[in-house]
Amino acid sequence: MIVNLGYTALLLALICSLYSIVSARVYINTNRYQWVDSARNAVIAVWFLLTLACLSLVYLLTNEHFEIEYVASVSSRAMPWYLKATALWGGQAGSLLFWSWLMSTYTGVVMLRDWSKERDMQPYIITASMLTLAFFISLNAFVENPFNVLWIDSFGNITASVMRPNANLMFTPKDGAGLNPLLRHPGMIIHPPMLYLGFVGFIIPYSFAIGALAVGRTDSVWIRATRRWTLVAWLFLSLGLLLGGRWAYDVLGWGGYWGWDPVEIAALMPWLTGTAFLHSVIIQEKHGMFKRWNMILIILTYALVIFGTFLTRSGVLSSVHAFAQSSIGPLFFMFITITFTISLVLLFRGWETLGSSKTLTSWLSREGLFLLNNLLFMGILVACFWGVIYPLISEIITGQKVTVGPPFYERTTGPQFAALLFLMGIVPLVAWRITTVNRLGHLIWKPTIISLVVPIISMISGVMNFAALLSLWLASLVFCVTIYEFYRGAIARSKSSGNNFYVALWLLISRNRRRYGGYIVHLGVVFMAVGIIGVEMFQTETQGTLALGERMHLGEYSLVYRDLTEFSANDGRVVTRATLTVYKNNKAIGKLEPQRDYYKDSMQRMTIPDIYSTLEGDLYVLLIDWKPVGLQQATFKVYLNPLINWIWIGGFGFILGTLVATWPDQRDRDILTNNKSFAQPL
Amino acid sequence: MTSYNNTTAQSNYQRRKFLLGGFLILSAIIYLIVSTTQSTSRYYYTVDELVIEQTAAIGENVRISGAVIGDSIRYDADDLKLDFTVAHVPGDSDEIVAKGGLARVLHEAIANPNQSRLSVSYQGPMPDLLRDEAQAIMDGHLNEDNVFVADTLLLKCPTKYEDELPGQTNN
Repeated sequence: MIVNLGYTALLLALICSLYSIVSARVYINTNRYQWVDSARNAVIAVWFLLTLACLSLVYLLTNEHFEIEYVASVSSRAMPWYLKATALWGGQAGSLLFWSWLMSTYTGVVMLRDWSKERDMQPYIITASMLTLAFFISLNAFVENPFNVLWIDSFGNITASVMRPNANLMFTPKDGAGLNPLLRHPGMIIHPPMLYLGFVGFIIPYSFAIGALAVGRTDSVWIRATRRWTLVAWLFLSLGLLLGGRWAYDVLGWGGYWGWDPVEIAALMPWLTGTAFLHSVIIQEKHGMFKRWNMILIILTYALVIFGTFLTRSGVLSSVHAFAQSSIGPLFFMFITITFTISLVLLFRGWETLGSSKTLTSWLSREGLFLLNNLLFMGILVACFWGVIYPLISEIITGQKVTVGPPFYERTTGPQFAALLFLMGIVPLVAWRITTVNRLGHLIWKPTIISLVVPIISMISGVMNFAALLSLWLASLVFCVTIYEFYRGAIARSKSSGNNFYVALWLLISRNRRRYGGYIVHLGVVFMAVGIIGVEMFQTETQGTLALGERMHLGEYSLVYRDLTEFSANDGRVVTRATLTVYKNNKAIGKLEPQRDYYKDSMQRMTIPDIYSTLEGDLYVLLIDWKPVGLQQATFKVYLNPLINWIWIGGFGFILGTLVATWPDQRDRDILTNNKSFAQPL
Repeated sequence: MTSYNNTTAQSNYQRRKFLLGGFLILSAIIYLIVSTTQSTSRYYYTVDELVIEQTAAIGENVRISGAVIGDSIRYDADDLKLDFTVAHVPGDSDEIVAKGGLARVLHEAIANPNQSRLSVSYQGPMPDLLRDEAQAIMDGHLNEDNVFVADTLLLKCPTKYEDELPGQTNN
């Protein structure tokens, strides 16, 4: 039976991952290569076994095996096949399995690289990563088992377990409960995999860091070897966060994309430390500084990944994302404590040797400003962390729970994000070691003057909000400086080489992929900032009850209510859909159909907005209510979200920039041909 | 390559200046967090604490949670005005677990007429998850008529299914 196949594969995966740890240990003690090779093979075998377990579960889901507890809880006959298949990550047990599979993909692929130069670190890298993986697999095998079968005894009591209890029969419900309607959305199909790929990807730099600490290597090999892995993990985490925002915007029907919900913050926290890490490793690679700090950052990132998973999955939080109350909370807590303690012990053991002979002397140097960038990321992290744990702390100290909400996060992180934007604007023009104010001024005056155009035009068109003007100026400053950097570099190259400007620009980027890839990501951040400023500071809204043919206005737009239809869809929901014509400056430009779905089985309503989307902004319409047949009146809530699409466009900047930065460049290829040990699988 | 050789006195002076700058920046960040905590934090009360013990002053911003009584939900779609009543549920999660889980606690809170109750008023689209036996978590204040005026409304619906997802509305 498929269910047995799946569960056996899961148990074998656990055994293989434990074996790889033992085998790595034997290699450390005996120094015989065959043991570390055997450990490596076991790591790869774990991937095959977990693939088998995942495929088994997908098979059970798509073939309506409702005798499986997990299948019955997240799938139903009426669901289309792709939703059945992706219900693999629609509930606690399945998404944990999927999580482990993704992690095993990373650890498996990293085993395929050439290890000859890092043979000493390899057993420790295997130990750190496989210990984590074994923890997650055992959660699946023993606590949240996706392969539990439903059994019924002669009194009609239903239990779920792998083995059949005495005097029980298998119980097959006629239909499953189905995926929560809120999750039946394309955004929900790709948001969790992206986020998970981001989360679990940090296992690679973390285990390399632990490997370096364990063998006492103080060079930057672990950073260079994992640079692309870190970037890829970071990109997936960023996209996961963005797609989550997009899903909330499309589905939750409150006109927003980010609510400072504790689970959103839990996913943001490793992103903050991960982004700080991406910046500070550059200093270590170039100048051998910040070695301890980079260790701290990657350990913190890993701990925050596990902490975020714990917050989401233990049921300690009330949140849009939280899974049901689960008994895995204490296990997670133990695991975080143990791994964090071991990491810190290793770090303090190597503390002295990780020192640097160079010291920072001036804030106005690239190193100094990178440090400031890191301080700000940490500041934002502390604010987020404080906000999440404040209710728990206040309860312990005063006995009364005190909470903070979105205003707290907005006011504490807003100024720090603005400061980060400012840094993004000036740092590209600041030299290593030390810069004088004169030299910086000489470089920056042209882009600064051009950047003032944006706030001045905004002011002329009536924007008087100081915070909005300041942040618009900061965004345009970063944009101008970044473009100026491309321009300056290309002009210099074209003068020295005689190539024309575009060839020079192409060569400039392809010879310095990391730097210019980073700048492209910065441009993505600028677009995102513009979108956030637009929707946070200039959102307008209105509401109204309209009879057929009546009109309502918002900004330049107006809407005429045309029709209301009600029908039953074949997946068990009743759909009520309104049709409105959109006018801009009294010219008809389109049609909107906001709707309300009612799922009969789960008695759940779902208000689905319809959006008229342009680069200038979104007209976001919700169907709130309607009068019974005859009167044909309906109530609508309408939001105008200026510039919001630039947030998603910024996401493409992240993708493009990361692709440029991770693409193998000429220098890598030279190293590759001269010295095979630097070959990387990505 | 820039030379990294400074005289000791000079480098110590620069180092001190550097550390002072770092200290000032950190202090500013900590000040920002502490002062914002003080100005934006709100007490999280149960209905009992609010109604019987009258812990919060009229107009004070607080957060409360309670069980939504389905029959009490009134929605005026013309001006998006939502009124409903919530019943007291314990605030402590250990207590909820001890009493048999959130679904059971919510169910019993509504069935028990002696449980203290609170009228709530909210302005905005009706959240999809607002229904009988949902847990409402609300930020807002008590007005002169002892009605809780909610600014934000978060709902959690425990069902027998795994995927308990609360909806969310923001004002």
